[in-house]
Amino acid sequence: MSPPLLDVEGGGRGNAPLMSSSASGDCISQSGSGLKECNFLGLSDCSSVDSSAVSNVCGENKNNLNFKATELRLGLPGSRSPERDSDFSLLSSGKLDEKQLFPLLPSKDGICSLMQKSIVSGNKRGFSDTMDGFSEIKSSVFTEGKWMFNANGSDSGTPQSVVEAKLAGNAGINVILTNNSSGAQPSMKKEVPTRAPKEGQNKMNGSNNNSSAPAAKAQVVGWPPIRSFRKNTLATTSKNNEEVDGKPGPGALFIKVSMDGAPYLRKVDLRMYSTYQELSSALEKMFMCFTIRKCGSQETPDREMLGENKFKDLLHGSDYVLTFEDKDGDWMLVGDVPWGMFIESCKRLKIMKGSDAIGLAPRTMEKSKNQN
Amino acid sequence: MAYSFPEEVLEYVFAFLSSHKDRNAVSLVCKSWYEIERWCRRRIFIGNCYAVSPQIVIRRFPEVRAVKIKGKPHFADFNLVPEGWGAYVYPWISAMVRSYPWLEEIKLKRMVVTDESLELLSKSFKNFKVLVLSSCEGFTTDGLASIAANCRNLRELDLRECEVEDLSGHWLSHFPDNFTSLVSLNMSCLGSEVSFSALERLVSRCPNLRTLRLNRAVPVEKLPNLLRRAPQLVEFGTGAYSAENQTDIFSNLVEAFSGCKHLKSLSGFWDVDPAYLPAMYYACTGITSLNLSNATVQSPDLVELIIQCPNLKCLWVLDYIEDAGLKALPSYCKDLQELRVFPSDPYGAEPNVSLTEQGLVTVSAGCPKLQSVLYFCRQMSNAALITIARNRPNLIRFRLCIIDPQAPDYLTLEPLDTGFGAIVEHCKELLRLSMSGLLTDRVFEYIGTHAKKLEMLSIAFAGDSDLGLHNVLSGCESLRKLEIMDCPFGDKALLANAAKLETMRSLWMSSCSVRRCPSSNVEVMDERGHPDSRPETCPVEKLYIYRTVAGPRVDKPNFVWTMDEDAVLRLS
Repeated sequence: MSPPLLDVEGGGRGNAPLMSSSASGDCISQSGSGLKECNFLGLSDCSSVDSSAVSNVCGENKNNLNFKATELRLGLPGSRSPERDSDFSLLSSGKLDEKQLFPLLPSKDGICSLMQKSIVSGNKRGFSDTMDGFSEIKSSVFTEGKWMFNANGSDSGTPQSVVEAKLAGNAGINVILTNNSSGAQPSMKKEVPTRAPKEGQNKMNGSNNNSSAPAAKAQVVGWPPIRSFRKNTLATTSKNNEEVDGKPGPGALFIKVSMDGAPYLRKVDLRMYSTYQELSSALEKMFMCFTIRKCGSQETPDREMLGENKFKDLLHGSDYVLTFEDKDGDWMLVGDVPWGMFIESCKRLKIMKGSDAIGLAPRTMEKSKNQN
Repeated sequence: MAYSFPEEVLEYVFAFLSSHKDRNAVSLVCKSWYEIERWCRRRIFIGNCYAVSPQIVIRRFPEVRAVKIKGKPHFADFNLVPEGWGAYVYPWISAMVRSYPWLEEIKLKRMVVTDESLELLSKSFKNFKVLVLSSCEGFTTDGLASIAANCRNLRELDLRECEVEDLSGHWLSHFPDNFTSLVSLNMSCLGSEVSFSALERLVSRCPNLRTLRLNRAVPVEKLPNLLRRAPQLVEFGTGAYSAENQTDIFSNLVEAFSGCKHLKSLSGFWDVDPAYLPAMYYACTGITSLNLSNATVQSPDLVELIIQCPNLKCLWVLDYIEDAGLKALPSYCKDLQELRVFPSDPYGAEPNVSLTEQGLVTVSAGCPKLQSVLYFCRQMSNAALITIARNRPNLIRFRLCIIDPQAPDYLTLEPLDTGFGAIVEHCKELLRLSMSGLLTDRVFEYIGTHAKKLEMLSIAFAGDSDLGLHNVLSGCESLRKLEIMDCPFGDKALLANAAKLETMRSLWMSSCSVRRCPSSNVEVMDERGHPDSRPETCPVEKLYIYRTVAGPRVDKPNFVWTMDEDAVLRLS
């Protein structure tokens, strides 16, 4: 077949298939067209569900879990009303009409006006208000045929995925909305960052994001969407301007971190940390697939004060050491200088095998040995 | 047909078609038009380097002179794409070296370019003229030295916001003494100091130089030397714009700037000393583009400069300008078309400047040609967004970043659904939208209903369920690029709209709830290991779906997986 156009906009020979890892080119086009109309889950034809059946279901299941699962519920974070739990069992029994979960289709102004009724107006909504809103919509707006989901969803995996998708969203979003009226907005806002934890961690916090993030933003990778060079420019500019009130300069300082044996680099923002220990824990998390043994936590009070020594202790027993390249291009062990000096001169970080790092600043190694 | 146009005539006619869309349309008319068109196409645009292979391109278009290729997804700009992901240009260059010996232009965006690639291209393309690297990385100043030394006919060397390993500034001195063809030089992203005398000589001997963007290391006292040698400059970027107090610097600057009667664009302005800004006033009457996004000076100084530019069309500035400064724009810069306001302290807990939604509202009310907006702020209201939408239905690009994720309407504490809904409803020609703040599924209803021309949508921390994503995928007819981070979207909408994905260039989803991929044709990035090695309930980290005719990537790093067909079967 002739190769499709390179920049096909607005159709044309729109058969440019999605990339496939399978060897056969045929598969590509097959799956491409195959996905178009059929019920993707491989279950029976969706046209078997017609509007009468649905509105029936609507009527019967007015108090059904379906609505509960989709509505925005009131309640404090982490709490669930008892009804909800029983709803879930209903869900898994397979009675779920998935079409009900997505009752709305675009291009109807009616939708918007109907939905206006159920828009959170800043007052707490009663349960029945919510139900009315949804059932109205369902009966007037439903059309068939566009949906890929089958009414007889018997796939046990599917209802669960819906619920999970809801959970991940609701636990975070719900929290915000319920506080519209209570005015407790500020405190709730601070929990938001936990909804989007740092990269590399599981995002399904579900109902346990009560642990509030501190007001100084827990930094989410990629947010706010500012290019690194801009952040670095601001950082160095502010340093030059010498803040009068002694506040640490705004902006970030991103530097590359590499690790021997790791296939990819990372970037860290040194301004996120104020001690070597914080940096070390963060790096540990980042490169956690590689072993960095932790030292025991017997700390003497005076030791704790000297952050640098503690840091060295952490790495002392491990296979890896943290080194940095300074402005002159020399590689040194991290931890020798006060933190402030360190971030000013550090250009890049490298986690080296201990054996490779022996040549670096031997005096420092000895110093730490002596203090042990 | 008994007779038809001779090929030469068709070729002549096709030469007038510059738009890729037109050319593509022409090639679909019939087989002979396809053939004629492919032989005479000189410029190629590849929006995703993995959508097609160099071999396929070369086979179809044998006579190409100019290539533009984009690599990594947009969110790579914000460190969301791990290092080592891909987008290497070397395979392209080595293929083109064999097949396009007369190649003149290479423009790359978000690609990994090595010194090896630069050296190869500099030595292989005898007529090479234009190199534009935007947001690229992977090369050092040694690579630039090869370009300088070997590209005898070079006209443009434009490094836009690249990450270059700066070994030294010596690369500039590699331009030969008899090299005079330079038209555009942008080295603003480099750190090292170049030899100033080499730079001066280069500028002196290139009479056609119209764009010169210096880097921060060039001190302000050197600017007059350069400007005097290049009064024909149209686009100029300063270096650091401050110095020890020496009175003659100021007067020299004034003299030099007033000699530049053709300046249309100014940029640079690191480390600005406001006292030196007025030196530019004489050059400002013709200015249409002003990039003050590095200028950390206060509002009054910024305003003083901006109001000297009555023909200003494009303004990039830090939020130091504040609402008060933005109020000046409608009176002095009525022709403003593009406004970008960047945050000076994005990580601070409290606002450090008085910039609110009011600034944007004022500009939208008073600048009738405003069509492109990028605005970082800390508070927004539905009322403001509705006002902006009503004021400016001609908006084409609207990117709003409210710094606090999921910040609601600060007046009513409601989600900002109706505000953004108004934007898509009134701005019927909207091509690009980035949203922020508290947003529920409702906003996606509005988008699916109204945003029919929308080509690119960026979403973060928004929505409640797959219904949101479904509305976008099923309603936005022109959607080409969709990027999503941290939204509770799972597999459902993707499954239901798998066909839609084939009409789009790409879809990016990170930190969402996608567990199983919608088809066999996606890239999953997961540094924790193969997705199958984790329980089924565990969502993938990052998903990148794009259409391609090139088959699976051969240069995947070990944290990228393409899902196999078994995954599809397991779902049903």
